[in-house]
Amino acid sequence: MSHHLVEAIDVYYAYPDGHHALQGISFRISHGESVAVVGANGAGKSTLLMLLLGLMFPARGEVRVGDALVTRKTLPLVRKAMGMVLQDPDDQLFMPTVFDDVAFGPRNAGLDEREVARHAESALQAVGISHLRGRAPFKLSGGEKRAASIATVLSMLPDILVMDEPTAGLDPRARRMVKDLLRGFSHTKIIASHDLELVWELCERTLVLTQGTVAADGPTRQVLGDAALMERCGLEVPYGLRACPQCGFTPATGRPTANA
Amino acid sequence: MNNTSLHDMRRLEDLARLDTFVHRRHPVVKLLTTLAFLGVVVSFGRYEIGPLLPLVFYPVVVLSAAEIPAVPLLKRVLWAAPLILGVGVLNPLLEHGQVLVGGLALSRGWLTFLSLSLKSLLTVTAALLLIATTGMENVAAALRSLGVPRLFVLQLLLTYRYISVLGEEVERTLKAYALRAPGQHGVQRAAWGSMVGQLLLRTVDRAERVYQAMCLRGFAGEYHGGAGARISATDLAYGLSWGLFFAIARVYDIPALLGALTLGGWM
Ligand SMILES: Nc1ncnc2c1ncn2[C@@H]1O[C@H](COP(=O)(O)OP(=O)(O)O)[C@@H](O)[C@H]1O
Ligand SMILES: [Mg+2]
Repeated sequence: MSHHLVEAIDVYYAYPDGHHALQGISFRISHGESVAVVGANGAGKSTLLMLLLGLMFPARGEVRVGDALVTRKTLPLVRKAMGMVLQDPDDQLFMPTVFDDVAFGPRNAGLDEREVARHAESALQAVGISHLRGRAPFKLSGGEKRAASIATVLSMLPDILVMDEPTAGLDPRARRMVKDLLRGFSHTKIIASHDLELVWELCERTLVLTQGTVAADGPTRQVLGDAALMERCGLEVPYGLRACPQCGFTPATGRPTANA
Repeated sequence: MNNTSLHDMRRLEDLARLDTFVHRRHPVVKLLTTLAFLGVVVSFGRYEIGPLLPLVFYPVVVLSAAEIPAVPLLKRVLWAAPLILGVGVLNPLLEHGQVLVGGLALSRGWLTFLSLSLKSLLTVTAALLLIATTGMENVAAALRSLGVPRLFVLQLLLTYRYISVLGEEVERTLKAYALRAPGQHGVQRAAWGSMVGQLLLRTVDRAERVYQAMCLRGFAGEYHGGAGARISATDLAYGLSWGLFFAIARVYDIPALLGALTLGGWM
């Protein structure tokens, strides 16, 4: 594929129980971008990511990845281009050892065992857990599980990394570790999170969801700096990222505002 | 590590990663050996308890040779106990009359019950030992290489996964309940219904998410195990020796023979 576009065009989705989770979402993400999808609990972030990967299909509108419309037929193509790290590592990790889990994708791709091992090892190395290869995933610490989950996706060499709440439930150190990892990846990234610090540091662009609609889509500094918008969408910007009422310093521009 | 109560079938998979003589045997050979064992056990008649006894030798030998700790394995066998008892317990009630065993008159019903229980115990133990020495993924791969249809193997694997997931959810729910009902033993009858309902919903949800995770990584119904090793001479010898033993145990009544031998020597 020449350009790794991810595009949603007026996407609607309702769960079988009738809940309208997404109501007319449109955006376009191009190669190499790091995009955050933020929004309060229940805003529709996870639903949106699942639609991108074809775990579910829109009721209306369409999702495109690369040149392909996401349909049942194009799923292998879509999932080769795009890897998703689920919110709960316990769902992501199901094989008896970390290595087998990381090798699961490459094996499904039909690589021979030597290639499988090569891909798995380099993915384990990329997240710094080579030493855990023989361990049972369900016995790892929270941070280790997260790293392993990421490795299971990296081993498939995706162009686009999609993550659902990559820092949820992690202690500060593990959270720092994950952030540093993600920063190091050159993939196109789509990260759903309400960890706004992470968003601030990692994503140059932010999409705000509220009740299944896009409330804002723009440069992260600008979006997170919009106090009214954040308030309206039920998001709390951390103090470190807010404008300082005393000196007038705003992280959005990196310099004091004139009217402080 | 929280290895409380049910803490899951996954412990079996841990065991599957030990490296012993038994573990190193080829999955296909172990699978066939297990199937042969099951076949022989099941083939005994309902009143034949004596001839069944030598077969206990198999799980005992595999257990010790594979360095599998007996307690966790037996615990899992016990899960199946209610089922076994449920099936067998009616026999003493339904079946009347007596059989003579070595000069003793025994009730037919109780004999059937005993042999059923013994058979179930042996088969369940053998199946668990197969998983504990081979790993479920390898068992699945072995089934596939023996030509068992893909869908069937897949179903088996997913059921197995589902059981592990269910175990974990049960544990979580019980923990949450216990924390909010201190000083209470067990779960109150009134809470049972909603609890079981919740559990089912959560388990189905989770099983589905796990399945999604598999699909996202290119899973298309086929499990690809690691390297497909060849069957070695040792593997063959292992399988054949057990096969021979099963055959002898099936054809000859070993306890009776031994009895005759010792008695013969005496008199
Ligand atoms: N399986 C489901 N069935 C019905 N409703 C659901 C299901 N999953 C999520 N929802 C609802 O859809 C909305 C969006 O959920 P989700 O995408 O998970 O939000 P987020 O990830 O932003 O917290 C929520 O209101 C949620 O209750
Ligand atoms: Mg979510």
